[in-house]
Amino acid sequence: MSQPDLIIHDEKDNVGVVVIETTKKGQDCSAWIMENDKTVKVSSMNEVPLGHKIALQDLKEGDTILKYGHDIGKVVKPIRKGEHVHVHNVKTKKW
Amino acid sequence: MDIPKSFLGYKRENGRAGTRNHVIILPVDDISNACAEAVANNIKGTIALPHSYGRLQFGADLELHFRTMIGTGKNPNVAAVIVIGIEPKWTKRIVDEIAKTGKPVEGFHIERTGDIGTIMKASKKAQEFSQWASEKQREECPLSDLWISVKCGESDTTSGLASNPTVGNLMEKLEPFGVHLCFGETSELTGAEKVCAARGATPEAKEKFMKTWSAYNDFILKEATNDLSESQPTAGNIAGGLTTIEEKAFGNFQKIGNLKFIDVLEPAEEPKKGKGLYFMDTSSAAAECVTLQAAGGFNIHLFPTGQGNIIGNPIEPVVKLTANPLTAKLMKEHVDCDVSKILSREMNLSQAGDELIKTMLRVANGRLTCAEALGHREFVMTKLYRSA
Repeated sequence: MSQPDLIIHDEKDNVGVVVIETTKKGQDCSAWIMENDKTVKVSSMNEVPLGHKIALQDLKEGDTILKYGHDIGKVVKPIRKGEHVHVHNVKTKKW
Repeated sequence: MDIPKSFLGYKRENGRAGTRNHVIILPVDDISNACAEAVANNIKGTIALPHSYGRLQFGADLELHFRTMIGTGKNPNVAAVIVIGIEPKWTKRIVDEIAKTGKPVEGFHIERTGDIGTIMKASKKAQEFSQWASEKQREECPLSDLWISVKCGESDTTSGLASNPTVGNLMEKLEPFGVHLCFGETSELTGAEKVCAARGATPEAKEKFMKTWSAYNDFILKEATNDLSESQPTAGNIAGGLTTIEEKAFGNFQKIGNLKFIDVLEPAEEPKKGKGLYFMDTSSAAAECVTLQAAGGFNIHLFPTGQGNIIGNPIEPVVKLTANPLTAKLMKEHVDCDVSKILSREMNLSQAGDELIKTMLRVANGRLTCAEALGHREFVMTKLYRSA
């Protein structure tokens, strides 16, 4: 049970959360999936700080971001696997 | 872990128990704050609860003001109450309702006497109450005497990953002991509203929740010039990695674990359906929310934070926990329970839940919270609309 770099809530999620102080560009990150206790790998494309999200797959405009297995917003700019996911490329579907 | 079956609390006249033994000086309105603060300054062992409202309110807004005042006085963490208002009628209304608990309460009005005369009269009574309350002893009380409210603040993704689920774990473990539980934050369930409504224990509870949430959402859509993206998520939330209100909502929702809520409460309303989990219609602003929950009768509060909210309450101890290792390190003096080891997997959720139970019981037994030690006494009225 080594320390993960990312934690993923649900197997269905397409983003993971950084749980180390920051990822380095090109860092090969281990991502622990809480729901099924599996670990997957993803290479971080940017320096992403603690608490921020990294895409686990390529995503195109209009796609839905899934976290906790639920819809948490829409992609407004194409995102590549390993890229930082935040307010610059994702928006709410509410309000 | 074997969960202790009891804690040491102050037994009150109406059968409830407090985790604190405050004598409060409660101003009815904004202009009576000076008087209330002077009395609290004169008489040691009392605290004044100044606030900003209480004049020319009407309708539902005035009712909420009274409910908050009365509920605060009735809270079992309060041993005795001095009420001070400008006019006799509203002062008496609050005194009469608090008196129904059987606790010592006395009202004073300033009109036709002035501040100095009122301060003298109220101080004499406050001294009597303070010395009387100082002899109260803590006694063994069953865990079911704990009424636990929860609210998170300055949340980030570590809240949804770890500190909020830790609260959920505590709820799951303590519900069988017959405790009362309460969550709120109506706007902050947006995006998770349907999933939350499905947790209603009855069709009535589900329907009441959706009605409450929709009313709030309609209000936002009516009043907002753009959207709530400047406020929900907050700048602090965004810095912590939260991107949308939906993401924040699903994180928030982790606080109730796998429980179902049995009823939906108005702001500051006292639960009447017995033990179990309640949803209260509240703002998501920390001090407003906790003030309303305390007025609903809750006697200990759990507050998970991500980026480091520092809130406290004058009568309800606020126990803070965080899973963010940077917050735990940089804002150590605000953190009662550090569960950041969940993120490095050196601690699992159940162990974190046990740690939180232990911390909460120490506070229930009398240990000062960080917020109490630092002097946080945020008492903030919720205002529904403009005064007349």
